[in-house]
Amino acid sequence: MPELKTWKELPIGGVIPGGATPELNKTGSWRSQRPVWDSEKCIHCLQCWLHCPDDSILIVDQKVTGIDYEHCKGCGVCAGVCPVDAIEMVPERGEG
Amino acid sequence: MKKTMTGHKAVAEAMRQIEPDVVAVYPITPQSEIAEYYAQYVADGIVHTELVPVESEHSAMSACVGAAAAGARVMTATASQGLALMIEIVYIAASMRLPIVMALANRALSGPINIHCDHSDAYLARDAGVVHIFAESAQEAYDWMIMAQRIAEHERVHLPVVVNLDGFTLTHSVQVVEPLPDEQVKEFVGEFKPMYPLLDVDNPSTWGPFAMPDYYFELKRAQAAAMEEVPAVFLEVQRAYRELSGRNYGGFFEGYRLEDAERAIVVMGSTAGTAKVVVDELRAKGEKVGLLKVWLWRPFPKEEIVKALSHVSKVAVLDRAFSFGGMGALYLDVTSAFVHQDQRPQFVNYIYGLGGRDTTTEQLAQVFGELKTAQPGELRYIGLRE
Repeated sequence: MPELKTWKELPIGGVIPGGATPELNKTGSWRSQRPVWDSEKCIHCLQCWLHCPDDSILIVDQKVTGIDYEHCKGCGVCAGVCPVDAIEMVPERGEG
Repeated sequence: MKKTMTGHKAVAEAMRQIEPDVVAVYPITPQSEIAEYYAQYVADGIVHTELVPVESEHSAMSACVGAAAAGARVMTATASQGLALMIEIVYIAASMRLPIVMALANRALSGPINIHCDHSDAYLARDAGVVHIFAESAQEAYDWMIMAQRIAEHERVHLPVVVNLDGFTLTHSVQVVEPLPDEQVKEFVGEFKPMYPLLDVDNPSTWGPFAMPDYYFELKRAQAAAMEEVPAVFLEVQRAYRELSGRNYGGFFEGYRLEDAERAIVVMGSTAGTAKVVVDELRAKGEKVGLLKVWLWRPFPKEEIVKALSHVSKVAVLDRAFSFGGMGALYLDVTSAFVHQDQRPQFVNYIYGLGGRDTTTEQLAQVFGELKTAQPGELRYIGLRE
């Protein structure tokens, strides 16, 4: 975590200039189950990427490359929408 | 040029001249005509404002917040239950430092349901973090709407400003109002320079983030600091407006025959007009009485109030709303300002005018009379059937 700012150092109204603040905070620790992606089964239809509410499906050149576990909350939507069962939800075991 | 118009029309005229980018508003008695006049201006193409006819006041203030964060100059108006419904977002607008200007046509809060004037709606928003200004007349409502825009948008302030005008007494009665020429108002309010506008897509920013215990406190302290900037800006804007209009705005409140007064009334809103008549009548009989009419209620100008009242021996503070289980909110403001002063008046608190109950010159003359013998710290009522 960066050093905490005093009240005099904060931008007006709690605005965070620059945006994209989720990148500064790892919020994946809430997860109770994690999506496990199977690259063999995946057809790269990108339904998971489209539906993910946390932008946690990693893609490169329109192909899925993995899952951002630092931000994925384990909601399971990706596994639900996958037409080829390439994503499986498995319980977290505290390994982070 | 002097004209006759209602308080509604005076507020709508000020809004027309300012011509904000967005007005999101939901009609409610006794504010409705402000919304109706403005909708008519939009429909007739007189203004180029985006009028958002929302489905509730909660949505009205939400739309105002969104538009103001996007970088627009935004205005709205409401009353009573409307304010109660939007209050959640009023707090958020203040915390996000959005300079939204709102006319509040003061009306009693339910229940029992009532459409007439008191200040319980303003008192509901006392701690919301908005600047509160009270108008005595339709002219003042007009003038304050224009000054409010400059105060709200000042770079050191950036806070919502509420212009309070008594429902019906000011909103619906026809008074003489002298508006300024359109171009003078436009020049006075100038162009709005938003901070971090969301529509500036080349410079993205995150608005309204979640704040944990490690930052919430600092953000609220910074918000309080913005309120501390208001008095100086208020006087600066007043000075500029006084020069422009020639009207006598000078200070956070108006002292009326107060300099040598032995007894005084402190009040906000249209009842100040009634009190002036009574002060003149009693002065003609040789009684040393005076009035302090509060314009700026939040932030409360306690040091200046102390200077203005410390020579007075008896002061009646009039609250047009209950603060159940305690004394009136204005009474607490005034008396707490004196708590560390050796020289201070004796204070009496009067609750008056609830739910539109008339307050007459005879009743205010009686208050001045009662002050001679009233016990300090008493809570009394004007015009209540005991």
